[in-house]
Amino acid sequence: MSTVAVLVEHRGETVAQPTLEALTLARTLGTPVAIWLGDAPAADAVSLLGEYGAEEVRVVSLGEAGRVPSVAAAGVTAAVGDAPVLIVVSTFVNKEIATLFALETGAGMVVDAAGAEWVGGRIETMQTVFAATWNVRTRINAERAVVGVRPNTTMAVAAEAHGAASVVPVAVETPEVRETIMSVEPQAVPDGAPLSEAAVVVSGGRGTGGDYTLVRELADLLGGAVGASRDATDEGWIGHEHMVGQTGTTVTPALYVACGISGAVHHRGGMQASGTIVAVNIDPEAPIFEIADFGVVGDLGDVLPQAMARIREHKGA
Amino acid sequence: MRIVVTVKFVPDLQSTRSFTEGTVTRTADDGTMNELDENAVEAALQIKESLPEGECEVFALTMGGADATAAVRKALQLGVDHAVHVNDDAVAGSDVFGTATVLAAAVAKIGEETPVDLVITGMAALDGLTSMLPTALAHKLGFAQLTLASALTVADDAATIERHLPDAHDTVSAKLPALVSVTDEANKPRYPNFKLIMAARSKPIATYSLADLGIDPASVGALAARTTVVDASPRPPRENRVTVTDKGEGGVALADFLIERGLV
Repeated sequence: MSTVAVLVEHRGETVAQPTLEALTLARTLGTPVAIWLGDAPAADAVSLLGEYGAEEVRVVSLGEAGRVPSVAAAGVTAAVGDAPVLIVVSTFVNKEIATLFALETGAGMVVDAAGAEWVGGRIETMQTVFAATWNVRTRINAERAVVGVRPNTTMAVAAEAHGAASVVPVAVETPEVRETIMSVEPQAVPDGAPLSEAAVVVSGGRGTGGDYTLVRELADLLGGAVGASRDATDEGWIGHEHMVGQTGTTVTPALYVACGISGAVHHRGGMQASGTIVAVNIDPEAPIFEIADFGVVGDLGDVLPQAMARIREHKGA
Repeated sequence: MRIVVTVKFVPDLQSTRSFTEGTVTRTADDGTMNELDENAVEAALQIKESLPEGECEVFALTMGGADATAAVRKALQLGVDHAVHVNDDAVAGSDVFGTATVLAAAVAKIGEETPVDLVITGMAALDGLTSMLPTALAHKLGFAQLTLASALTVADDAATIERHLPDAHDTVSAKLPALVSVTDEANKPRYPNFKLIMAARSKPIATYSLADLGIDPASVGALAARTTVVDASPRPPRENRVTVTDKGEGGVALADFLIERGLV
């Protein structure tokens, strides 16, 4: 069996859900080993990674210098060793690290994949492109493969049988780099799953008029994250980190609820691969209705409170 | 100071985009300069305008077939000084590593007389959206990598960027030469004015072949690519779509749909 390295996404001690999805995918390709960048993980994190099939957790501690992509890449390259496959979660930062890994090792690379499998001794990946209007299958011709996977594209399932993962520290000499980190200003991490990983996303656009009360209330009720259109973030109604779209966050939740969003092509590119799409908009001509599984032409102020009342009634029943 | 901005010719987002034999269909009719490259052009022009007249030259660089000229032409309309187009049939089908090899050689050629201090790129191209090129190009050039900049300042022979990551906002600095990729938060791109549009029509566009760059055609293009698209097909539209007009029961209908699908 091939060794399949998985770069762990973690926030402090908490392993992010997409890593469990990536480990589930990795088990279909070979024997997973987890790569942990940062201070040594706690026992809980190690045992969780083991439950999802990681035989080893290779720990690379780089300190703040690890925020420089080439330093992180040196650490990842050392930890991957001769594993033929590396899986990362497709984030902007990981794309940089993985690109440098591929340059170092000659690996072929696909990002934003929804799945991967061996075909005739080579990795092939599946993905959607052009705002999820096309399905593409890509063969990685090189002997080594790097695959960036989108969150919510593999159902995370614990391994049926597994041993305890062993922790293996990896020594890396920090390379000399040209970039200097001048300052790091930590950002408050919101409760719940981040937008990119959330199973439910409720987004508000111009139609909210800047009032996100109902959007937040619905997101809370559905256990989802709050998104926004470019219009709304440009207006300053909500932070840029909430923007769903090609240049903001690309989301693929099981349920996407678009509230007062017209559905411009930039926005659709960031959410069109979602499982079920629901839209509420006052304008019957809004393009969002062309891609919504269920659309309501109506006022948010009428439709959302009524829908929430019905959902609460259902939950209480 | 010499700045090179890389620009990409991509299908218009509003057009019907497709694949032909495993590569993105690109035609002059519905193609344009990648929208996110406008932020890169703007960043370069702002640096130029902050310096005394004649102290900074901005080059736009693209690679691709004959149609790709449209991308550098657009950059000329926005106000860059010079345009360079690597036009060679052998680059067709290049992966990001082949593309970076070609662009790095072109930057080196642009810098033969006066060295290039800064390469500025967009954060992604809106066709492939991989965001891999800036990293690969910085590596091939041996330049410092300052990517995903939502702010950029150049002073004292160094570039400093703000890099907004999900967990923290970093400030990162490097001595020139450096490659900087800018996000769409970095600035508001200008619109081309009539005078520049007219002037751009007659501005020369330098054309390089792979031979001019000393690149073996077998080392780039489709055959050297580490990835090959083996199948591409349009996704069928969503089936059984329903749109209702709220006449007092729209919210209940919405909730019932979610309940029926097991989503609440």
